[in-house]
Amino acid sequence: MVKQRGIVLQMKGAGLGYNGRAIVDDVDLEIRSGDILCLLGQNGAGKTTLFRTMLGFIRPVYGTISVDGMDLSRLSPKEVAGFVSYVPQSYAMPFSYKVRDVVLFGRTAHLGMFSAPGRKDRSIAMECLEILDMAHLAERSFNELSGGERQMVVIARALAQEARFMILDEPASNLDYGNQVRVIRKIRELARRSIGILMATHHPDHAFMVASRVAVLSNGRLGHNGHSGEMLTPETLKSIYGVDVQVFDAPDDGFGIRKVCAPVVG
Amino acid sequence: MKGVSLILLCVCVLAGICILSLGIGRYPVSPGTIVSWLITGGSADDNVPLVMLGIRLPRLIAAIAAGGALAISGAAYQGLFRNPMVSPDILGVSSGAGFGAALAILLSMPVGVVQIMSFTGGISAVLVAVAVSRAIGRGSDSVLVLVLSGIVVSSLFGALLSMLKYVADPLDKLPAITYWLMGSLADIRMRELTTVIIMITAGAVPLMLVSWRLNVLSFGDEEARSLGLHTGMMRAVVIVCATMVTASVISVCGIIGWVGLVVPHISRFLAGPNHRMLLPVSFLIGAAFMLAVDTVARSAVSVEIPIGIITAVAGAPFFIWVMKKSSIRSW
Repeated sequence: MVKQRGIVLQMKGAGLGYNGRAIVDDVDLEIRSGDILCLLGQNGAGKTTLFRTMLGFIRPVYGTISVDGMDLSRLSPKEVAGFVSYVPQSYAMPFSYKVRDVVLFGRTAHLGMFSAPGRKDRSIAMECLEILDMAHLAERSFNELSGGERQMVVIARALAQEARFMILDEPASNLDYGNQVRVIRKIRELARRSIGILMATHHPDHAFMVASRVAVLSNGRLGHNGHSGEMLTPETLKSIYGVDVQVFDAPDDGFGIRKVCAPVVG
Repeated sequence: MKGVSLILLCVCVLAGICILSLGIGRYPVSPGTIVSWLITGGSADDNVPLVMLGIRLPRLIAAIAAGGALAISGAAYQGLFRNPMVSPDILGVSSGAGFGAALAILLSMPVGVVQIMSFTGGISAVLVAVAVSRAIGRGSDSVLVLVLSGIVVSSLFGALLSMLKYVADPLDKLPAITYWLMGSLADIRMRELTTVIIMITAGAVPLMLVSWRLNVLSFGDEEARSLGLHTGMMRAVVIVCATMVTASVISVCGIIGWVGLVVPHISRFLAGPNHRMLLPVSFLIGAAFMLAVDTVARSAVSVEIPIGIITAVAGAPFFIWVMKKSSIRSW
């Protein structure tokens, strides 16, 4: 992929919520293409509301959200999809599409109302499957795949969208341990392809693994915005999750030192 | 390509049923005679052109148009509502059309007016359902609200229809209403057929054109929108087209159930879930199915059997079989 100029997805002093009532106040958030930002927080803290706002489904109650200097809430769904792609939590579909077709649906934003994907779209879709090491599953039915494989395919679909930002909703949560690590590795690889990533996670270890910035959503505010190594202290983790957690430096694995969590179980 | 050969196969099957169907009836004609008449335009038997042009061909075209139209709108609705158990009358088009037709019959209107009122009734019921869901469904799962509104409107028009049947003259009007509700292709004339075919084309062609995007819509509103689909507009296009197609079929044929539910299933079984292939295959299989059923309806016994009865009797066991099959292999 060609190195493109960096662009920014940004929220300034935004209130997020429905029907004119903000449930998260004064959000300042900035993601640059190539960045990874991990979003931590309890269920019900407003994570979904934040995602819905970033995807342009709802407008901020006050404040602004912009992408590449443009007001995101003025863009059409097609234009938003050109900038931001979305990876929902893994799920089953009502109809059993082929993996190849599912990835091809990522090309929607690049096609007209009455048109269907052509050869170029098909080759982009295959390329994206290859990037995620899923090309051998192209002819399989999506619903027959394992949870980890499905997650990779949906990430491939988001990649085929060729948007500069990707929002992932707990991409590793419902996966077994090996697949969690695989998904995290791929996410780091995507960031190196200069895609800006916002991912929600329930595991502070995931934030350490992607060596990213973190932001914590709690009590109607977005706080603790900074690098995971500095932000995720035992005190912060206690305040988010309400349990005691120890944080250590893991031994150098050849790629530098990172931190790991060890909850106190008593 | 696999897809193209499947469509060709369906076309051949349909053509075969056409030739058989043209030959079957009170005045039997051999398939060879029909083929030579179709190619040369002449026949040794002077009655053949008369029977074909005057009676069997219009009815054949009507069966193909009606079956294909109901099946394609059923397939489109199943994609739109992300539910393989949905039929084209989920938003109340059948009960609205039934009410309109029954009212016209009760008021002793001519056939043309019955058709117009049935069409208007069908469209109105769907409009009411959409309006209700828009009024109450702010911010919630709009597909679910839409389906529920459809069910409410359906049962409302169903109740109104029952009232009309209750007050109808049991010797004259009530049988007419009942006969109309069971559906028949017997009364179709060439003139109204032209209008219906124009309406069906006007609805089916846009559905075919948006068929690939229908796949994207079947992921659900938010996901489809995140992929860049203008979901509101897309849903409006599908509802308008499918409703127009269904209402125009119902207005001339009466209520024919099952085709719009069962045929998309068979088609999905054969062609896979991609709507780009599913819609044309549904149209062809729906046409073939309806033509076969109508041939039975007009020739099995000396009186005409209402077609809605045959589709249900043939459709119910078949549907059970498909459900058994598809519980082994997912859709």
